[in-house]
Amino acid sequence: MLTLKCPYCGVQACETELSPGYEAHLKRFGPGSSDDDFETYLFTRPNVKGVHFERWRHAYGCGKWFLAARCTTTLEVFGTYSAQTPAPPAEIIEAIKSKRPDWSPET
Amino acid sequence: MSFRLPSGGRLIDRTSELKFTFNGRIMRGFAGDTLASALLARDQMLMGRSFKYHRPRGVVASGAEEPNALMNIGEGGRFEPNQRATTAELFDGMAARSQNHWPSLEFDVGAINAKFARFLPAGFYYKTFLYPRHFWKYVFEPIIRQSAGLGAAPKEADADTYEHFYAFCDVLVVGGGIAGLMAARDAAADGKRVIVLEQNGHWGGRAPVDGAVVEGKPADEWVSVTLQALEANDNVTLRDRCMGAGVYDHGYVLGYERITDHAPANDVPRHRLWRIRAGHVVTATGALERPLSFAGNDLPGVMLASAVRDYVVNHAVAPGKRTVVVTNNDDAYRTAEVMVNAGLSVPAIIDARPSVDEALISKFSDLGVEVKVASAIAKVKGKDRVTGVAICAQDSNGSVSTTIECDAVAMSGGWSPVVHLWSHCGGKLTWDEDQAMFRPDPNRPPTNQTGEGFVSVVGWANGEIDQGDIAPVWIMPQGASIETRNKMWLDFQNDVKVSDVQLAAQEGFESVEHAKRYTTLGMATDQGKLSNINGLAVLADALDTGIPQVGTTTFRPPYTPISMGAIAGEARGEIFQPLRRTPMHAWHEKNGAHWEPVGHWRRPYCFQQPGESVEDAVNREITNTRTSLGLLDASTLGKIVVKGPDAGKFLDMLYTNMMSNLKPGKCRYGLMCSENGFLMDDGVVARIDEDTWLCHTTTGGADRIHAWMEDWLQCEWWDWKVWTLNLTEQFAQVAVVGPNARTMLETLGGMDLSAQALPFMGWADGKIGDFNVRVYRISFSGELSYEISVPASEGLAFWEALMEAGEPFGITPYGTEALHVMRAEKGFIMIGDETDGTVIPQDLGLNWALSKKKEDFLGNRAHSRSHMADPTRWKLVGLETVDGSVLPDGAYAVADGHNENGQRNMIGRVTSTYYSPTLDRGIAMGLVLHGPDRMGEVLAFPRVDGTVAYARIVSPVFYDPEGEKQNV
Ligand SMILES: [Zn+2]
Repeated sequence: MLTLKCPYCGVQACETELSPGYEAHLKRFGPGSSDDDFETYLFTRPNVKGVHFERWRHAYGCGKWFLAARCTTTLEVFGTYSAQTPAPPAEIIEAIKSKRPDWSPET
Repeated sequence: MSFRLPSGGRLIDRTSELKFTFNGRIMRGFAGDTLASALLARDQMLMGRSFKYHRPRGVVASGAEEPNALMNIGEGGRFEPNQRATTAELFDGMAARSQNHWPSLEFDVGAINAKFARFLPAGFYYKTFLYPRHFWKYVFEPIIRQSAGLGAAPKEADADTYEHFYAFCDVLVVGGGIAGLMAARDAAADGKRVIVLEQNGHWGGRAPVDGAVVEGKPADEWVSVTLQALEANDNVTLRDRCMGAGVYDHGYVLGYERITDHAPANDVPRHRLWRIRAGHVVTATGALERPLSFAGNDLPGVMLASAVRDYVVNHAVAPGKRTVVVTNNDDAYRTAEVMVNAGLSVPAIIDARPSVDEALISKFSDLGVEVKVASAIAKVKGKDRVTGVAICAQDSNGSVSTTIECDAVAMSGGWSPVVHLWSHCGGKLTWDEDQAMFRPDPNRPPTNQTGEGFVSVVGWANGEIDQGDIAPVWIMPQGASIETRNKMWLDFQNDVKVSDVQLAAQEGFESVEHAKRYTTLGMATDQGKLSNINGLAVLADALDTGIPQVGTTTFRPPYTPISMGAIAGEARGEIFQPLRRTPMHAWHEKNGAHWEPVGHWRRPYCFQQPGESVEDAVNREITNTRTSLGLLDASTLGKIVVKGPDAGKFLDMLYTNMMSNLKPGKCRYGLMCSENGFLMDDGVVARIDEDTWLCHTTTGGADRIHAWMEDWLQCEWWDWKVWTLNLTEQFAQVAVVGPNARTMLETLGGMDLSAQALPFMGWADGKIGDFNVRVYRISFSGELSYEISVPASEGLAFWEALMEAGEPFGITPYGTEALHVMRAEKGFIMIGDETDGTVIPQDLGLNWALSKKKEDFLGNRAHSRSHMADPTRWKLVGLETVDGSVLPDGAYAVADGHNENGQRNMIGRVTSTYYSPTLDRGIAMGLVLHGPDRMGEVLAFPRVDGTVAYARIVSPVFYDPEGEKQNV
């Protein structure tokens, strides 16, 4: 029963009012893409143990999708941010690095 | 024998006598008794039989950890099995029954299992599964089914009510003993909002029993003073009879409050589930005493030493007149002292430790109690209850030195902190070698959203246990033979013995999680509260490794079982799930609707007339509609408005066909695919104006498709200017269907509904009678059809006006089954019948709906993956049985030969199948290998009864293939 702060309405939302949307920042591949790229887009998920960027929808609240950076082992939440973001914003990266000095976005 | 002492009992009120029944016999106890203490007071030591061997069993413990004394309590709608007699507070009129025996507790046929004990070792089930199958089916299974299971299942609906509470606090304290109350006091003094949960009906834990002095006061007095101060503080909530059941992510805790279990009542809920979000959790859950493993340690009369003194001090009940204490630590000596002070005899303390503090020995010899150092119980004597113990040296192989007569044995293997709540959400443990116990590792707590530990542990739960010196002793005597180890119980409830765990290790189940499942150690309703540590110590010894290397199994919530009623709370009966009703629901109800659940909606399957069967009603509705006029409540269909400058571009991405070039005033049927390419929904789209479209979805798809649209708009194409709105419930929609549809509507007056003014696949706003309507000329039946929407508030009035105007035409309302049959007669696919999440539009011959002009749409790329483009994918065809019968739904078409699993080769399956009253024969659709190229071929469809149906491949359009009837 996680709690995540919805960046749109500001509510510290309980998991019961959220619906999960799995990994964030996927790059969509459409017509003309290679089989490998398309397969990666559809199916290949690293299933990270540690820092994970993921999609959530405030389904029983304001209805908005948002993104969260979270540690899948400690359940620590480094921050939530707008879904209209192609990559994790600098302050989120900063928040993660302050807690996980060894972490880098590539790992 | 066990009996009530003439005086004492800190929890009982001798002036308040309570009557109860046990196995139908009337007994009496006192207010403040538990069922267990009241039974012991009546010398009822035998309280149940064990799960596997049906061994006679008595009460072992005095609290939540009790494995043996499980009872069926209550009657009728208040019957509940597997309740622990030790935590069931006695009330006047309680009806309790013991479990797991037949025909009676005293004489049990199942006890014969014990004679076959050597055939029922660890892993018995797994090994038996390997035997020839028929042996399992005809020999073992019937025997096991007859004898397995603990309590009986309730037969009546639960007569009680339940509820959920939501609560928030800064600090939640679980456990109302001394340590918990101190923690609550400190947090409250800091101005924190505090909730304190205590599982029992009384506060203070076991400190008052053990005569503790707290801050200069006797424990009982300290507890009442502290409680008064806490009660006076508005920031503090105290709940007794409320167990902290589980700790979950980010400070979420479930509390299980038993409100009326001790005093049944009708006007209040029985249980309350507290759903608490706490900033910090303090667990003050105390510790549980461990049994010792010696031969016959499961006989009635062998109890935990702490439980023995609990019964004496709390309830003035003596488990025996002569009690032998057996221990590996100082704490059990307290029991001997309590017994002597109560005037009871303690012939000996059997202490397994090689040496014991001289002062302790002389203190007890002054009390007349002999301490036998470095000694062990070789065997407990007695058949159904303890009659004596045989003594041997602990470091021997069990040769008996002397025998002591006694009627009770108080055993103590040391204490284990209750670390469950600490561990539920990931708190780690550390092995304390000196005290022989796992305790919370403060450096590895469960962490919350900020990455900080959110649980801390105080008191005995934290390993601060006052048990004096302890020497780990896991079996007694040390060199016990296999015959002896075969009589040493570890898990009383699941009948797991020392020999079983050793066998598991020998057979290679070395991981503690594997050994647990192989032996079923700790898998009963008590979740191994007494057995876990002893079991893994035996496992560590068998593997010749250390206890910390073996580790513990996972602690999972709830701490003790909680009722299904509490979990459900108010969500039962009519409010289990909210029902969605169309504006015409009440009319349907009054007019013979035979209901069908569709998502959260109820839709009429058909409207039965008096004396009519469901099948007859469906056939009548279809024939009536096809020959004259029918009316369908289509209000449940999804209606989503998509609007904005980029709405056309957006819908071109969502639908497989083109929607941006649809002209205002026109409708178009469209398909939606997932990114995997699979068909997920269909429906008619109407273009309202330059930047507005209305998308109809399936009934079940409305919310899902709306969420799907929002997902893409918010997360992928967020710079596109598009807004969506789900208007499904804002409008009632009625399909007026049949050759007389137009004639009937024209009698109401209003807008021009002629084929010229409103052609097929067009829509128009206007008036019909006095109603403001929007009319779509679309057809899912193949007949002349108008789907008419009005504001939801006018739905019923409009429906009634249509029924009245239709009367001269013999109008009939029709339900979902007539809808399904008519669409199948026309070869229209149905999402969920022809599709199942693995079907692509190409499989259904819908290639015409896949735009070639568009560069991209969702699912497009997937359609060119090799498996999707495979020419051997099964394709949609119509199926016509040779004899006119109806094919079984889901039946497979078989071909010659067998596949690698030894099954017949399959070349197709039925997706929809009905009796068509229009054609007076069975019709079906199905997906068939190379189907469209095999027209006229006859396929074999085996039925489950072994017979075979034969069906010819035909076009899926059975009725009006040219579409002349709908386009008039
Ligand atoms: Zn929100």
